[in-house]
Order: sequence, then structure tokens, then C-alpha cells
Amino acid sequence: CLSERRRGQLAALSIAAVVIIVGVPLWWRTTETYRAWLPVNQINELANLQLQLSADVEVVFARGTVTPEQQKKVPTQVVISLCLFCSSPLEADLSLHTLSESPCGSLVVYVIPESSTLLPEDVDVYIGQRRTALLRIGAQMRVGRTLEQLLAHLEPRIKQVLQVMSFSHTDITAALSDRVRLSPGNKESIADSMRAFKSSPGYEITFSLLNPDPKSHRVHWDIEGAVQTYIQPLLTKLAPLANFSIDSQTLYYAMLGVNPRYDSSRSAYTLNSDSLAHVINPVEARLGSNAASSNPVLNFLLYVPDAHHSPLHIHDHKKQEVLSNAFHSPRWGGIMVYNVNGFYGPEAVFPVDININMAKVMGVFLAQLRLLLGVQSSAPPPGFLVAPCSSTGLADWELDRLMWSRTVENVATATTTITSLAQLLDQIGNIVINDNIAQQVSSAVTSLQLAVAELEAGNLGFALQYSKEAILASERAFFDPSLLHLLYFPDDQKFAIYIPLFLPMCVPILLSLLKIVSEARQKRRERQAKKD
Amino acid sequence: PSLYLGSISFIIGLSSPGNPKDDFQEELVIRPLHSGDIYASFQFRTVWETDFMRGNKVSHYRLFPKSLGQVISKFSVRELHISFTQGYWRTMQWGQPFQPSPPGAELWVWFQDSVTDVDGTWKELTNVLSGIFCASLNFIDSTNTVQPSASFKPLGIGNETDHRFLRYATLPREIVCTENLTPWKKLLPCGSKAGLAVLLKSEKLFHSSFHSQAVHIRPVCQDWQCKTTSWELRQTLNVVFDLHNSAQGKREWSLFKMFSRTLTEACPLASSSKIYIDITDNPQGEQFEVSPATPLLSQAVVLGDRRTFSVYDLTQQITFGTVRSLNLLIRWKSSEGDMLRPLLHAERYVAGYGLQTGEIHTLMYNNHPYRSFPVLLLDSVPWYLRLYIHTLTVTSKGKDNKPSYIHYQPSKDRLRPHLLEMLVQLPPNSVTEVTVQFERALLKWTEYTPDPNHGFYVGSSVISSLVPSIVAMDTNSTRERPLFSSFFPCKEESSYFVRVYTEPLLVNLPTPDFSMPYNVICLTCTVVAVGYGSLYNLLTRSFQIEEPSPGLAKRIANIIRKMRGVPPL
Repeated sequence: CLSERRRGQLAALSIAAVVIIVGVPLWWRTTETYRAWLPVNQINELANLQLQLSADVEVVFARGTVTPEQQKKVPTQVVISLCLFCSSPLEADLSLHTLSESPCGSLVVYVIPESSTLLPEDVDVYIGQRRTALLRIGAQMRVGRTLEQLLAHLEPRIKQVLQVMSFSHTDITAALSDRVRLSPGNKESIADSMRAFKSSPGYEITFSLLNPDPKSHRVHWDIEGAVQTYIQPLLTKLAPLANFSIDSQTLYYAMLGVNPRYDSSRSAYTLNSDSLAHVINPVEARLGSNAASSNPVLNFLLYVPDAHHSPLHIHDHKKQEVLSNAFHSPRWGGIMVYNVNGFYGPEAVFPVDININMAKVMGVFLAQLRLLLGVQSSAPPPGFLVAPCSSTGLADWELDRLMWSRTVENVATATTTITSLAQLLDQIGNIVINDNIAQQVSSAVTSLQLAVAELEAGNLGFALQYSKEAILASERAFFDPSLLHLLYFPDDQKFAIYIPLFLPMCVPILLSLLKIVSEARQKRRERQAKKD
Repeated sequence: PSLYLGSISFIIGLSSPGNPKDDFQEELVIRPLHSGDIYASFQFRTVWETDFMRGNKVSHYRLFPKSLGQVISKFSVRELHISFTQGYWRTMQWGQPFQPSPPGAELWVWFQDSVTDVDGTWKELTNVLSGIFCASLNFIDSTNTVQPSASFKPLGIGNETDHRFLRYATLPREIVCTENLTPWKKLLPCGSKAGLAVLLKSEKLFHSSFHSQAVHIRPVCQDWQCKTTSWELRQTLNVVFDLHNSAQGKREWSLFKMFSRTLTEACPLASSSKIYIDITDNPQGEQFEVSPATPLLSQAVVLGDRRTFSVYDLTQQITFGTVRSLNLLIRWKSSEGDMLRPLLHAERYVAGYGLQTGEIHTLMYNNHPYRSFPVLLLDSVPWYLRLYIHTLTVTSKGKDNKPSYIHYQPSKDRLRPHLLEMLVQLPPNSVTEVTVQFERALLKWTEYTPDPNHGFYVGSSVISSLVPSIVAMDTNSTRERPLFSSFFPCKEESSYFVRVYTEPLLVNLPTPDFSMPYNVICLTCTVVAVGYGSLYNLLTRSFQIEEPSPGLAKRIANIIRKMRGVPPL
């Protein structure tokens, strides 16, 4: 009888052991969601990232700016001969460029003697088309100072040059304004920072000719040639920054959203600046989205007013006619009104053929494109002279400036994407993390670290490349559809399903375990009593 | 004054700028049907002499819509045909349509042979098209896509007919409505602001017996030598208005009654803008009367028949008369006269009972009195109807009719549908019946649609055929012809191409009660728990033999025996 009891106890114990050793792990393994390993520590490190930008500046002293004693102390051999026959700074700039090719992101400052006639009288600093600047040395710096003093004297000027040609605090703040909340600056700078498109690996540029009145105007534009002549050189120059694709279309019967007011004093129709905001919406429905890619679209619209509403002029806040007759909308594009009523007389036979002067149109669009891409031409400090634009429409240092701010923006965007993804995955335990997502996250983190390192080392080109890769990888991970599958699987429903199985199975096991324990205690007490 | 205006427009017509590379034409055909309904077919054609396949280049669009151009060049599309149809075309009552289309959405695309990953491109393309046309084309996946080997040949130029580059899919369930019409109208150069497209008001178009809109893109020859190719975009919209419903018994029709609009101008960008009214059955005006009358008549060979049309040229100001608006009116005089029976038509139904098996019957009618002709039958059946291909029978006139060509691709569960293509010779004046049995599969619970008791749609069968023609067909594809008669290329004079779609099928599948999973879980768990409980008891309880207490009867008997003094039991 006792052995029978013993057998029952053993059976209960072994069933409990099987449930605990086999059942629980099996249940755990089969109902677990798959979560691949993520580099959480590195992501947390990214959350409080310190960016350090450094740009190489090479300072070259021309003959007559340093004394022989000072020259001895200068570690490397300096270039002494400086374009003896150059008569203008522009030529000097070009010849210096051939002298030394400076890599992307770096600067060369040539210090020239005070007596040099290269620069005009009141100009101290000349900024060339490449990555060079000419700096006139101050009068008091002629002789009798040590090299340290000379350098200390030059430092603030070189800093100024650097701010104009590479990056300044405001640029970086503007680039980060979307991602990082900083103390608000003045209204102007916020508007400036909101105007440019956000950094993206590619842009689609669409030129649209809006002809609301094809019955009267048969409008022709040589967009193909104009793009080749005016837009393509700029985009070729910007190629390291992003991919651009251009197309154009003609839209007929496309109306503006507002009715222009007739101004009898000027016998013209006017669009006020406060009504411009309503112009875009109805047109946008016709523009159509880009079917071939998901890159942001820059729209440039050329609006030819119909014969009954010509001429049409845009007025600014001060009720003055806008000379270009165009306006732009931040992060969207630009619109230009092109009046054609001057092309034909009152007795013309409709429809009239009209050829559009593309040089005039493209001048406006090119200026708008520069603004929308964030090529900022902030006014240089006094005493600075900036070289005129080259044929490409963009100086090397302007491209560098853009690359600096874009790299910072990319790094910030990728960082926020990755950290918020990590946060999300941390908060919701039900999301499946597949291997490919983990791989994307890891590669994004690696690229980010590389980009930050390259920024610190001053290798702008590599930094931009890595930051672009980081953005791509982080977006792919963030928008992966597999993250959504098991998002909603609440705990209470899980328990509702488990209870009918678990409750009836666990209760007998627990009861018999309790019984065994109490029996064992009873037996021990009896033994104690017997011993006593 | 009307004459004066007319002369002006004529001058302008001549003074078009030199050598435009794109051209736009619009056309409306109205055909009074014998049933008393009216069939209106709009055709808009944009032809552009360009090359989309020139690699990564700047693209400048004028009349051709940019969105479609980008689709062609990005996905290396050689030919694209997409149609959205609401309602079923009743061939026996209405005759053949100019552009046949099955109910729901149909998409078939030929890709360039430079495409390496055709399936991936197809998937992306359907997603983009679903965005352009606001339709659920994104539901096209491998389970409803087939590669027909013979039924869908390219309609444009090109010799490549390797069906690896062809994809065909239908969504018979797709409902077509205003949101599909608006993007379709946006593709037109004049939008719905001018020309024939002003008639396309959705509240009238969708209040009809049949509505079908389509987009066809293909490369075509520019001239008869075919030296240069151009891309043709053909947008068609076919609609059948029900006369009896909306005319209150009065047999009278006008543009205004049909579309709630009249015409005032042609699209200024169109090189030709015409309205055709089919008056073949009405040579002397005994059946119906058309006003205003037009002196212009035109004959065209269409669908194996020579038809006569009254033509209204909208580019001529004189068409609009003194009121400067054109409101065509058709007044019926008698409802007599019979229609030429269409030579080929088909129907299909599901037979059988219960939820386990069934049988698909497809009937193909050859109404030609003495000529037999071959037809290609294409059937694409979803995987959840498991076809028993050994039960396939083809019979005509009670005799076995052996198909001369069968292409069958069995389905794979959740991967691809059945594809059955057959070339069958239809004897004259006969009905050919194709039957095949199937078993209904049980789906996984997430695979059911939100309303599974409605049934599951099976797309239409497609019957393509070269039907013997009564009159000589026009084989010159580049000659100036009305648009409606130039859609299907014609290779020989003696026959013309016809495509007929059958009805889609609605099949019931065994449908579970969807609260079941939880009930099943609870029930199974309880059963498991009860079984487990007794087993557990057996294993853990210790059993002892106990002296049973005597039963009630025994006790009573013992009491009696005690009283009698007899020893107890």
C-alpha cells in the first residue's frame, strides 16, 4: 500500500518535471516572435552624437609677405612665385587652380602682399571660382613680427573665409532644423532654411508649360535645347550630390486657382502676393505624380495667360510689379507668368503661333532651382569680393558648401530614423525583426559611423557618400513591410486562448505537488515524534 | 455667319506649324442597336513619333501623357492593354463591340526582350498602374497571372512573340466607377474641357447597361513602308445606354439626353474630330430619323461587314449650325428589322451541386451557315478550383471534337493558376461544348475574402478567332480609316479577328464559420484537458481494495432473515 502511494508520488513528480523541462520551453520556442539581433548599444551611442567637422585649409604665403627669418620657421616649402603677369584676380585664380588641385572640401588661401595690385583698393579678400581665396595681408604685419604673431593675426580672417566658402554655424543649424529642435533664430533664417528641398538621393525636375487657351495660342518652346544649354551644366556639376532627371510636359486647359484682378490704371491683370498661395492647388492635380520613382519632384511651371486675361502681372507686398513675373513656392517649385499678348496685334487671326524666349525663362528657373536646391548666396562680409559665376552656374566652393550641409543633414536624418526605429522595436515586443532588417540597420549604423569619422577627418566626398548610404539603408529598414505583420496581437487575447488548456492541466499538477509537500512534512513530523 | 466662321477654321487647319511629331484624333461612333439600346463608342488616339527605349534620356511630352510615357520607358513595355468594364457585353442582343473587354479589369502587357526579371517588372508595373488609374490592380500577383502561349499576340509591329515576355491577368471582381474615369480623362490632351470628352460626365456614363474604358499602347508604323515607328496611345470608352429605362417609353435619343451635354467645339489640338452614326440598317430612314441631317456619308469595313455612317466633322464650324451647338437627335419610327446574328459567341456556366466538386461548361456557337473556323480558347482558372484535366471533353453536334492544340499548365497551390489553351475547330452552324470537372479547395482562414459567402470569381474565358468575312477586309494598316475600324490589324482579306469574352463565373467555396477558430481551440483544449486529467489521475492515484458495503436489498433481506432467525446472507 505504501509503495503504491510512493509510485503515485513519483508519477506526479515526473509529470511535473516533464511539463517544466519539455513543455514550457517548447511552448516558449513555438510562440516566440523572431527578433534578430540589433546593434542597440551603437544605436544608443548615435542618439547623443557629437558632430565634428573639419576642413583642410592650406595657407600659402606669396613673396614679400614673410621675412626670411619667418620663412625659415615655416615647416614646408612655400610657393613664392605668384602669377607675375596676371592683371586681374580672375586670371590669378585660374592660374592658381592649375598650380594645385585641391580635393573636395579643402581650401587654399593665398596670402599676398599688401602692395599687390592684383586686388582692387578696398578689397581685402577675393574668393575665386574654385577652392581658392586671395587674402591681402594687413599693413602693420610687414616686418619685425614672429611667425606666431603673423599667424595669430591671420587667423580671424581665414576663419571668415572658411565661413563663406565652407560652412558656418547658421548653415549647419539650418541643415539640422528639420531634425533637431534648436533655439529659434530670426524669421528670415527659418524661411531660408525651409525653402530648400530636403536632402534626397535623387530629384525629379519637371518643366510644365501651362496653356489654358490652346484655341488662341499655339505655344512652342524648345525645352530640349534649353535644358541642354542652361540646366544640364548645373546638374552635371551637382552630380556628386544627387541624381537628377528632367522631363517636361505641356498641359492644356490648365487654369490657375485664382481669378486675377483687372487693374484699369495699368490696363493689366494682377495677381497679388497674398493670393499666390492659392494658385498652385488646382494646377497640381493636373501635374500628375511621378510614376517612375519616389524621389521628390521640383516643379517649374510656365504659365501663358489666355488671351482674355492678358497681360498678367504678379505684384509683391508693396503693390509693385515683380520684374521677373515669377515666384517660387518653398520645397515645391516655381511658377513664371509669360505674357504673350505683345506678340500679336489686335487683328491677329487665332490661333497664333508663339515661340517662347527660352533664355529669359530659363534664367528665372535657374535662379529658382539654385534657391530650391539650397545653393545659398548669402551676402559676403565687407571687404570680400566674390568671383562672378562661371558658365556652369556654380563655383566649386559653393558645391562644397552644399555638400557640407547636405552631409550633416543626411547624418541627422539617418540617425533619427535609426534611433526611432530602435525605440519602436524596443517598445513593441510583438514586431518580428527579420535578418534582412537587422542587416540594413547594421549597415546604416556602420555607414553613419564612417560618415561621422570622415567628417572629422575632413574627407567631404567620402562623408557624403557614406551619409547617402546610411540614409538609404535606414529608410529601407524603417519602411520594410515585414515590420507590420504581427503588430496587433494583444496579450489579453493570447491568454484567452491559453487558459482553456493551461488551467485544467496545471491545477492537478499543482494540487498533487502541494499534497506531496504536505505529506512529506507530515512524515517528517511523525519521525520527529518517534525520535522524541 | 456660320459659313464665314467655317472658312476661317479651314484656313487655320492648313496653317498648322511644320512637321509636328505627335498627332491627336478623336472620334465618337453611335450605333442604334436592335434591342432599342444605343451604343456609343469614344476613341481618342495620340500618335507620337519617338523612341521610349533610348535609355536614360530627357523626355519632353506634349500630347502624350507624361505618366504613361514614364511607365513605358521605365518598365520597358512594348505593348500595354488595360481595360475596366462594368457590366457584361451581350453579344446576342448587341452584336460585336468595336473593342471587346471582359467584366472587371483586364491587363495584358508585352515587355521588351531586354527585360531580364519579367515577373518583378510586372509586379512593379501593376503597382504603378494601380496608382495611375485608382484601381486595385495591385491585387494582381502570381496567383492570377498567366502567360498565354497563343491567344494574345502583339497588336502592334514587332516580330517577337516569345510568350515569356507576355503577362495576362484579370480581376473579374473589380468595380469600375468615377474614380477610374477621372484619371482616364486626365490622360487626354484636352482633358474634359473641350472636344468630345465634354460628353463624358460620370453620372450619366455609369447610369448605363454597359460601361467599358480602356487604354491601349502599342508601337505602330508611321507609313506603309514602316521605316519609322511611332507610339500609339488609344483611349477608348464604350457605353450602352438603356433606352427603356431612362426615356419613359419614348423612343427618342439625343446627345443631351445621353450625356446631359451638347457639343460646341472640337478639341483644338485634334487633327480630326468626328462623329459617326451607323445608318446601315436604315438606308431610307424607315427605322429612325437623325437630325440634324448631314450630307457626309462614309463607308467602312468593320467586323466583317460593310457599314455606312453619317459623318459629322467637328472641325468644320458649319457642323454646329447657327445655334453653335450640336445636339444629335435620333427618333425611332419602328422597332422592326432583325439583326445579323453574330457569327461567334460564347457562354459559360458552372454545373453540379454540393460544395465538393463541380463542372465548368463553356459553350461556343458558330452561327456561320456553311463555314467552319478554328477558335483559340483560353481559360485561366484560380488554383482553388482544382481542375481534373482528364475529364476535359470537347463535343460538337454530339460528337467528340479533338482539339488540334492543347497547352495546359497545371496550377500550384497559392502560386499560380491553371492555364488551359486549346485550338478547336468549330463546325458550321453548331454549338461546341467544353466541359471540365473540378474540386473545390479548402482555403486557409486568412485567404478568404471579407464576404466569402458571396462566392469567388473566376475570370472570363477568352475566345480569339479569325472569322470568315462576308466582304473583303482592308489589309492596309496605314491607310486613313476611321479609328474604330483600325484597332485589330488585318492580315488577310477573307477573315477578320474577333475576340469574345464569356461571363465570369461566381463559384461558392466551402466556407467555415469564422468564429470557429476560438471555439475549436476551446473545445480541443477541453478535450485534451479531460483526457489528460483522467490519465493523470490513473497515474498518480493509489488504488486499494475496499470491502464493499452490502447493498440496500441485501440489507433489507438480512433484516428479514434476522427477524426470521435465519443466518444472514
